[in-house]
Amino acid sequence: MEGKPEDDGGDLTRRGFLGGTGAALVVAGVPTLGGVGVEEEGVSTQLLEAVPQTAIRVTVNGTEHRVEVEDRWTLNEFLRDHIGLTGSKIGCNRGECGACTVLLDGEPVYSCSTLAVWADGREIVTVEGLERGGDVSPLQQAFMDHNAAQCGFCTPGQLMTATALLDRIPQPTTGEVREAMVGNLCRCSNYNAIVEAVLAAAATSGSGGAQ
Amino acid sequence: MKAFTNQNARTLDEAVALAQQALRDGRSVSFVGGGTDLLQLMKDKVVNRPGSGDPDVLVNLKTVEGLDEVTSSGQVVTIGGLTTLEALVEHPVIRDRLTVLAEAAESVATPQIRHTGTLAGNVVQRPWCWYYRNGFPCYKAGGNRCFSIAGENQLHAIFGGGPSYIVHPSDLAPALVALDATFRVVGPEGERTLSGPDFFVLPSQDAEHENVLADDEVLASVALPAPGDGVRSAYHKIMDREAWTHALVSAAVVLDMDGDVCREARIVLGGVAPVPWRVPGAEALLAGQRVTPELAREVGAAAVAGARPLSKNAYKIPLTRGVVERTVLALATSA
Repeated sequence: MEGKPEDDGGDLTRRGFLGGTGAALVVAGVPTLGGVGVEEEGVSTQLLEAVPQTAIRVTVNGTEHRVEVEDRWTLNEFLRDHIGLTGSKIGCNRGECGACTVLLDGEPVYSCSTLAVWADGREIVTVEGLERGGDVSPLQQAFMDHNAAQCGFCTPGQLMTATALLDRIPQPTTGEVREAMVGNLCRCSNYNAIVEAVLAAAATSGSGGAQ
Repeated sequence: MKAFTNQNARTLDEAVALAQQALRDGRSVSFVGGGTDLLQLMKDKVVNRPGSGDPDVLVNLKTVEGLDEVTSSGQVVTIGGLTTLEALVEHPVIRDRLTVLAEAAESVATPQIRHTGTLAGNVVQRPWCWYYRNGFPCYKAGGNRCFSIAGENQLHAIFGGGPSYIVHPSDLAPALVALDATFRVVGPEGERTLSGPDFFVLPSQDAEHENVLADDEVLASVALPAPGDGVRSAYHKIMDREAWTHALVSAAVVLDMDGDVCREARIVLGGVAPVPWRVPGAEALLAGQRVTPELAREVGAAAVAGARPLSKNAYKIPLTRGVVERTVLALATSA
């Protein structure tokens, strides 16, 4: 998907297009960052305050990032919009659907409902971090084998929650899987296949395969 | 979200000082623990603190050393306000001795929220009334009416309502009151320790707030008297689906048993009143009695004495009666 040549307009990808648009927006946003006074005749002078930023150090999928983040960025905004990890999704952006689930120090959390600045010094794993040496994890393989993704939008979040479950309970019961997954909604209502896939992954490997 | 400043506090005193400084500078401020609810209020632009608007400054309490610790010393178990709900569920002392609290924590929301959300945040979260959460200018948002009275009041209070009819949203609060918790509040004047009835406030006392916390005060910890050997407890939460929602009705029940005789009982209801709702009339029926199915039924009936339903929530009366009866009986007969 990445790296299409710019002159190849006929093959423009959605992600490439959105990436380009994002870059343009960032450029447009730059003047507000420095605290700029706007003076025009007949218009009252208004000082735009700098957006508060903080330097943080986080490890994402094993790679350390030392970055300046705006205090208001959610962890999800940081991951998706600023370091290009678009695996975790925004479904509701209000801590209800679970599509944004990532692992924070090994525990599943809603990345839309915590701030990047609060992740300082901590370790994050996203769905991009599940593969090992180019191979998908046993859990990911089980999701494919059992058609656990329909539209696929909730899948990254489902995978992260299930990964955390299998790390904690390598051989869960059906009830334990259902209980652990209540915070991940699937609008295709593919719940039975998702539970089947998690149980199958547990049976084949005894582990979800994170870290 | 609008631009705001996050300030990491190292100590509670520093947290309070940061909040005071922000207020002196004319900036609105909010303390933040897990932040799962606060960020949502901010995204939705729901008036969190009436009169102060969206916070300009967040004072982060996650960086305060030791605020997430559970300590058990002799006769008292102290739980730091920043203890996550998941940590409450997992803690062996809480699981074994303060079961009602572990069960209440386990009933909250989802694993993701339980790994992030904190004890203090759960206790002081704002109400989940759909009018308040959707921007209606109600008492809770600094306005002067309650839209549920003539509106959709299925989920509202049957006890203690007026002028606002919200129900207290916390699952931990009824459990803590049932366990006779004291609430340690830290603010500019130092600290104060409050009982449950003094910490939570009815709308008739203060229509805007659910508790006594001022803008520059933090719920730092709760202290629970260590229960004696005969004490057992349970939290039973009735929801309109099996998971991931608030209680329609819940019961936190603590029984001090001597064989099959109940020495003392504490029963606190959730989901039915603007504060955790203790039912002393029902508790008194159990004192010194052998708990039979007949007695449990009487206790359930006593628990709903004085209930005043609105137009669409009378169903909560039989629901409350039933959950109290069943929880008391199951707990008394579990050996």
